[in-house]
Amino acid sequence: MADTRTYEVIFIIDPAAAEDDVMKLSEGVQKIITGQGGSITKTEMMGKRQLAYEINHKKDGTYVLLEVEGSGKEIAEVERRMRVNDQILRYMTVRVDEMRQRAEKLKERRARKAERKAGNGKAKKAALNFAAREQEGAE
Amino acid sequence: MSSNYEERDFGLEYDRTMPRGPRRMQRRKICRFCIDKVDLIDFKDVKLLQSYIPERGKILPRRISGVCAAHQRMLASAIKRARNIALLPYAAD
Repeated sequence: MADTRTYEVIFIIDPAAAEDDVMKLSEGVQKIITGQGGSITKTEMMGKRQLAYEINHKKDGTYVLLEVEGSGKEIAEVERRMRVNDQILRYMTVRVDEMRQRAEKLKERRARKAERKAGNGKAKKAALNFAAREQEGAE
Repeated sequence: MSSNYEERDFGLEYDRTMPRGPRRMQRRKICRFCIDKVDLIDFKDVKLLQSYIPERGKILPRRISGVCAAHQRMLASAIKRARNIALLPYAAD
């Protein structure tokens, strides 16, 4: 498991938490990750938004999104910590490197297909032209 | 054997009801994601996902939306992820 993986960690913080607390919490999470050997490639404060359904009788929450590169060990640790933190209403981690790889592959395949199609188009056009000329000759 | 026959009978009846109504004349829809050349459907893109969940909050079947199988799979998992993190409802109303 020496390979590095990319994860997206998203979590929702209690709306009652003050702005400083939100900052402190997300910094704390980041520290846990870096402490375990992971690295953070992106942080995004998505701000306070309404929840689609109530969680712990709360109607909204502050969303924080992190993009993490690591082995997966730091994810386990950070999830364990978030589970016991009352201020974090919900968290979710999605592994994105495999998804992105697949997307890249699809893109490549499409490019190749487009190339082939372009070639085909030329051949088809030529064939059509030829057929039209033939018909003219017959008439 | 008899149960098999009954099953087939039901199938026939079902088929007979199919051509009725104006819906049959509708043109084949094409996958919007294929046209836009989308390779990845992000669960955070609530605006996009919302157009694929009717009021009730269910995932729109592809027989209605016309999305291709590959993209419907991506869409479904994105919607499920968004639900988990309360960006989308599990059930509305």
